[in-house]
Amino acid sequence: MSAVRFEPVIGLEVHVQLATRTKIFCPCATSYGATPNTHVCPVCLGHPGVLPVLNREAVALALKWGVAVGATVPDRSIFARKNYFYPDLPKGYQLSQYDRPITVGGSVPFRVDGAPHRTRLVRAHLEEDAGKSFHPESGREAATLIDLNRAGVPLLEVVTEPELHSAAQAEALLGRIHQLVMYLEICDGNLEEGSFRCDANISVRPAGTEVLLPKTEIKNLNSFRNVYRALEFEIVRQSRVLEAGDKLVQATRLWDAGTGRTRVMREKEEAHDYRYFPDPDLRALEIPARWIDEVRTTLPELPWDREERLSRTYAIGFEDAQTLAGTRALADYFEAAALEAGDGKAASSWVLTEILRLYKLSEDGWRGVRVPAAGLGKMVGMIRDGTISGKIGKSVFAEMAETGKDPEAIVEARGYRPISDPEQLRGIVTDVLNDHAGPVRDYLSGKEAALQFLMGQVMRRTEGRATPHLAREAVLLAIEARRGENAE
Amino acid sequence: MSLLALSAPILADRVKKGEIRAAHVVEESLARIEAENPRLGAVLHVAAESARSAARAVDAAIGRGDEPGPLAGVPILLKDNISTIGMPTTAGSRILDGYLPLYDATVVEKLRGAGAILIGKTNLDEFAMGSSTENSAFGITRNPWDMTRVPGGSSGGSAAAVASAMTPVALGSDTGGSVRQPASFCGVYGLLPTYGRVSRYGLIAFASSLDQIGPLARDLGGIRAVFDAIAGHDPRDATSSPDSGMARRDGALRVGIAEGLLSRSGVETGVAARLNETAARLERGGARLVPVTLPDPDKAVATYYLIATAEASSNLARYDGVRYGLRVPGETVESMMRRTRSAGFGREVKRRILLGTFVLSSGYYDAYYVRAQKSRALLRRAFLQLFETVDVVLLPTSPTAAFAVGDRTEDPLAMYLADVFTVYANLAGLPALSVPAGRDAAGLPVGAQLMAPPFGEELLFAAAKHLEGTAA
Repeated sequence: MSAVRFEPVIGLEVHVQLATRTKIFCPCATSYGATPNTHVCPVCLGHPGVLPVLNREAVALALKWGVAVGATVPDRSIFARKNYFYPDLPKGYQLSQYDRPITVGGSVPFRVDGAPHRTRLVRAHLEEDAGKSFHPESGREAATLIDLNRAGVPLLEVVTEPELHSAAQAEALLGRIHQLVMYLEICDGNLEEGSFRCDANISVRPAGTEVLLPKTEIKNLNSFRNVYRALEFEIVRQSRVLEAGDKLVQATRLWDAGTGRTRVMREKEEAHDYRYFPDPDLRALEIPARWIDEVRTTLPELPWDREERLSRTYAIGFEDAQTLAGTRALADYFEAAALEAGDGKAASSWVLTEILRLYKLSEDGWRGVRVPAAGLGKMVGMIRDGTISGKIGKSVFAEMAETGKDPEAIVEARGYRPISDPEQLRGIVTDVLNDHAGPVRDYLSGKEAALQFLMGQVMRRTEGRATPHLAREAVLLAIEARRGENAE
Repeated sequence: MSLLALSAPILADRVKKGEIRAAHVVEESLARIEAENPRLGAVLHVAAESARSAARAVDAAIGRGDEPGPLAGVPILLKDNISTIGMPTTAGSRILDGYLPLYDATVVEKLRGAGAILIGKTNLDEFAMGSSTENSAFGITRNPWDMTRVPGGSSGGSAAAVASAMTPVALGSDTGGSVRQPASFCGVYGLLPTYGRVSRYGLIAFASSLDQIGPLARDLGGIRAVFDAIAGHDPRDATSSPDSGMARRDGALRVGIAEGLLSRSGVETGVAARLNETAARLERGGARLVPVTLPDPDKAVATYYLIATAEASSNLARYDGVRYGLRVPGETVESMMRRTRSAGFGREVKRRILLGTFVLSSGYYDAYYVRAQKSRALLRRAFLQLFETVDVVLLPTSPTAAFAVGDRTEDPLAMYLADVFTVYANLAGLPALSVPAGRDAAGLPVGAQLMAPPFGEELLFAAAKHLEGTAA
């Protein structure tokens, strides 16, 4: 029997915590890390008699998403109750959207190893987050502790079509979605704090067929890498089950990053009946076309557009452009530097190496990068027009990174001003040639490499300040003058 | 004559003029409750101290020459499903025993702002589920007109309290007749405002799309004064309406007479007779009677119970022992929740949660919930159409006068039929007023119900004005 190859079919469900100041249905703060149960009120505690009032800001952020991915925004969407009992779900139901979500369709373009892909979206819907349960092992009694600070924090759940066919594609798409929500400034993107979470649905099928076999929903994927690893694991696991001639069962599985395996959380038979129905406490959400138009005008340049433009405008490779467009802050930094430098290519190589190195070392994000973009650009420009050498540039940069000072001020204070006065250079060159008669003879006898040595000596004597092309000119002139002397 | 027999606006007027002190009114009310409540069981909680200090504040304000509000010094009782800060709010349920709210309902804030004095909380069917006030975890309430009979429900405590003059006015809540039916059983006025007219913020939800807070009073003036104080848009209730009243058209009031209803089986002859008299009195007062046909009341009751139980099953999910109220310990969180709910809810509440869960379950949702919503939309449309030709509709509040205690507790279907004429207004979002219409042969009060188009409360008051003072 010949081996059958299997192809995975993957879809993602991404929970994007919307960056509103207050919760979706009450005025409590959404900030992370507060003392448990301090960002709560009767509404998010689900006290008897309270009612939800929709936060318009959450809607505005969701609309930003919808417009960015080219989704349809129906003029009416409806909040529904998803009913289930859980101790950290205060009302015994989650306010969510069911058959009338805020955005329908749309798509997200992304690349895997340079190759372009586009995945269509099913929908995105608004909902409230639940609280958090803790099960401390220690303590005199086994207890469940609950923190309801997160209960009622707004989420946008993005659901993709199941049309990804590798773990790498899934990881790349998730990265793209993460990049987009940061560009749109609708989410802080913090994975550790759970502001950006992902579940993946995966099934496998014999390659080339269109059959749909029972799928697995994988939960607890808290990093891009874990999405990749969990999907790779699941592809192999499901393929082996089929190869062995066994049947797959639809299930929800939990990813364990420690063991690198998924394990069953519940199987289909135990699936909840959430008894969705329209929430009678909230009116239908009406979204007039002019609201969408208004949102459209606030949209930033989207990451895929920016990549293209950076590559084209600054004549830099696509991969470099992709890196530079990684975040809005980096792209803005680069463009400001490139503009000041008048040389995008040169600015890009400084940003991609030195600035990114500083950024990675920084404990305070961009605030920790002390080199201002305009300063870097100015310095790159100074190298370009020969005001300073590349070597001096390194010293200037080091000091800028330390102090954040203006490059011109540094050059002035350190005496980094180049020596380009022909009289002064001639004196220095004369001294060098006098001190190194051997190499001068070598050069005159046709050993061109000796010129490099003599240039090096000039630079050494001037601490690198000699303007390179002028110094070279002066050396050549002086040597040629000696050719006559030697001949005499 | 007791001060408590005065109409609320008249009482407030006398307090404002300094003729009587609010403190004195409150003492009278407290004394009356102390005397009457042991046999009636109308009041669950008396807030004597806070009432006295609120009364002193009103008197002090008047002493300073400040405006004390349109309900200055008027003592009021609230149905115990309306949230009052720091004052027990049980919804008649064991599961909320010991719960102290962290906030005041919007209507409570408004009443306090109007100078009314909160005297305490009244008994009700657990979570407002019932038509007799026999489903309370804290004992039954009796009808002041006949102690062997129920006061109606679920706002039976408020109706009995007003009827026995503990206070001139009280608040109830009406999901399918819970203000109007007890008002009719106890011979007082009871108003269901247009859905969205009065904020539900702080009303413990039974069925959110049907619930509405409404006043009970012994006279029309009391109803109007309290309604004016509590109505209005509330940003904390998304279903609250920015609309205020609609304008009344000129000319004779056109009263739709739903004649067919009176010949239905189950409508007592005493009720039919009082309704016919009421129609005649309206006509004598200058109204024009127009025969109309109302949608099938049996369908309305079926629609009502599908929607009400569905919403209730979800609304009552929050009572899980985790954050407040009763908690029965268990080995796991799940068993704690299970035990708490098993012990905390009464039989009728459990029945409705089960019914509602079933209605929303996958496989049944379309057949029950979706169809009920369609039926509800049709019903509303039919009423809106009807109100193009009439200003108000006259029909009985309840097919019967007050029934005997224990009569229907074993027969939930018979109990549900007590709502047969009242669920229309809730389903269609209409205002409706139950007006005392005299007594039956046994001397029990009978109520006549007036319904109006949305935001047509003024039409109800105009029609009731025709009848005022001529009640038997």
